[in-house]
Amino acid sequence: MKVLSDTTVKRIKEEILPRYPEVTSAILPSLWEVQRELGWVSADAVKDIAEVLNVPAELVFDTLSFYTMFQKRPVGKFHIQVCTNVSCDLLGAMGVVEAFKKQLGVEVGETTQDGMFSLSTVECLGACGEAVVVQINDEYYTGVTPEKVAEILETLKRSA
Amino acid sequence: MKGEWVIFPGIPKKDRKSLNEYLAAGGYEAARKVLTQMGSQDVIEEVKKSGLRGRGGAGFPAGVKWGFVPRDVEGPRYLCCNADEGEPGTFKDREILLHVPHQLIEGMIIASYAIGANKAFVYVRGEFHKEAASLQRAIDEAKEKGFLGENLFGSDFSLDIVVHMGAGAYVCGEETALINSIEGRRGWPRLRPPFPAVKGLYGRPTIVNNVETLASVPFIISRGADEFRKYGTEKSAGTKLFAVSGWVKKPGVYERELGIPLKELLEDVCGGSRDGRPFYFVIPGGISAPPLTADELDVTMDYEALAEKGTMLGSGAVMVFPEGTCPVRVALRAIKFYEHESCGQCTPCREGSGWVARMLEDVEKGQLVGEDLELLADVAQNIFGKTVCPLGDSVALVTLGFLKKFREEFEKHLDAGRCPYAE
Ligand SMILES: Cc1cc2nc3c(=O)[nH]c(=O)nc-3n(C[C@H](O)[C@H](O)[C@H](O)COP(=O)(O)O)c2cc1C
Ligand code: FES
Repeated sequence: MKVLSDTTVKRIKEEILPRYPEVTSAILPSLWEVQRELGWVSADAVKDIAEVLNVPAELVFDTLSFYTMFQKRPVGKFHIQVCTNVSCDLLGAMGVVEAFKKQLGVEVGETTQDGMFSLSTVECLGACGEAVVVQINDEYYTGVTPEKVAEILETLKRSA
Repeated sequence: MKGEWVIFPGIPKKDRKSLNEYLAAGGYEAARKVLTQMGSQDVIEEVKKSGLRGRGGAGFPAGVKWGFVPRDVEGPRYLCCNADEGEPGTFKDREILLHVPHQLIEGMIIASYAIGANKAFVYVRGEFHKEAASLQRAIDEAKEKGFLGENLFGSDFSLDIVVHMGAGAYVCGEETALINSIEGRRGWPRLRPPFPAVKGLYGRPTIVNNVETLASVPFIISRGADEFRKYGTEKSAGTKLFAVSGWVKKPGVYERELGIPLKELLEDVCGGSRDGRPFYFVIPGGISAPPLTADELDVTMDYEALAEKGTMLGSGAVMVFPEGTCPVRVALRAIKFYEHESCGQCTPCREGSGWVARMLEDVEKGQLVGEDLELLADVAQNIFGKTVCPLGDSVALVTLGFLKKFREEFEKHLDAGRCPYAE
């Protein structure tokens, strides 16, 4: 193993694999497991997964490349994702994006120099009734306005 | 109001119903009845009789679909529950996952028994961590109680449910792409036939149903198809979770009977316009449903009435826009979504969505000339019907829908050389 920990390997073998009738089905949950542990999925991690599952690395790469939620390079400790689809757009998502850009000093798609925050825009997060919706790591923040951005960032910094 | 929280009484309080609370409200009695007293064909007949149609978007009758699973083949069959909730504007299935996960599990037990599946998957969109955790907890609770696992309710039927997380791809909500995604592959839709009911997951007979569809089944079994049919219309039976967002005072998820007048839903249920500004247009069934203009809002919310108006009920996601909204901007935002989400398999969709998006961008900036609107319509029209899955059709229908309903607004952009709505 190049980068996977023993715990992750064990979890893939003992918890993920037995759930499925066929081994390829374990690819997505294994990628999730690795991203949870390492924050992103490197080429070495892909090779490790292929080895644990005994499937071609090309197949794991192919699957990885298709899904947008897998990070193919390191991201900040907090990944801020603002929904800019129509219902959020109507209620001012672009203003929220601007506020994050200004206060973090980064453009969309960038990470702050201290590696703390990455900023992205994303498609509908499936919570449109509570627009504007922002996902930060696993958490949803709802009813976000530009005025609330400073407070959100403060709370995150304190929790870091 | 008719049909108010009859099938989903556990949702409006917004707390999570534990197994004990669900049992106290009569939970798992339908599953017990099915497994101890009914044959699989009886279950399918009852669901057919109820008229329950798929709540994921296409509205296909659930019982009829279950009936397509061949009776005589040996070997495994699978049930897949579609919890991808990807259609922009839709946020109803997460209410079920968060608040009444046992109702979904019970529906899945019944459906699995009906089609002869001993293994079922729930495909949850990758962002829904909290929702997946709530469901997993319910699965564990049910297992502990013996409602999942071997010999359910003393029968010889066994069932195992696995939660499978997606990872950010709208197209994986399409049922054959979803199947590929459970198999661990890129989420490319498959050509049909063969249909999943005959050859789906791992090449085996497979039924894919939406969360809300499956969670409606326990009611039909315990209260009967006739009780279900007391709500809704002849062809659109039962109730529906409507997810209303945008310019209303009280956006949210509401269960009402199918056939409720749209105006009643917007005014009485959702409190009307946020600031009194009149509504300008409404998207009645998720972003892929063409818009209804202000003078078309006298419509009832059922499959037939909306189809008659050239749009659709879809997932029941209603998006409301006030006067002052630029329709070109909304169309552009919708098409950019499809461009981003096109899986790349079919050329007309992959290339066409990008072309249409760039032309709409030019319309927004007022940089096209009049005849180019014909070209825009032509490009959009040429995507229709030429792709493996209906994502490409949506690019065409949404573009043509906005162009037809708001032609004048498109032309105003071109005449002004800029967006007249921008301050
Ligand atoms: C591009 C695309 C995305 C879809 N997304 C979803 C979705 O997120 N959830 C869903 O239930 N159905 C979705 N569908 C519909 C499914 O293909 C399928 O019809 C549905 O899951 C069947 O379940 P039902 O009959 O219970 O509605 C989508 C279809 C397409 C073409
Ligand atoms: S449009 Fe933002 S959550 Fe749906």
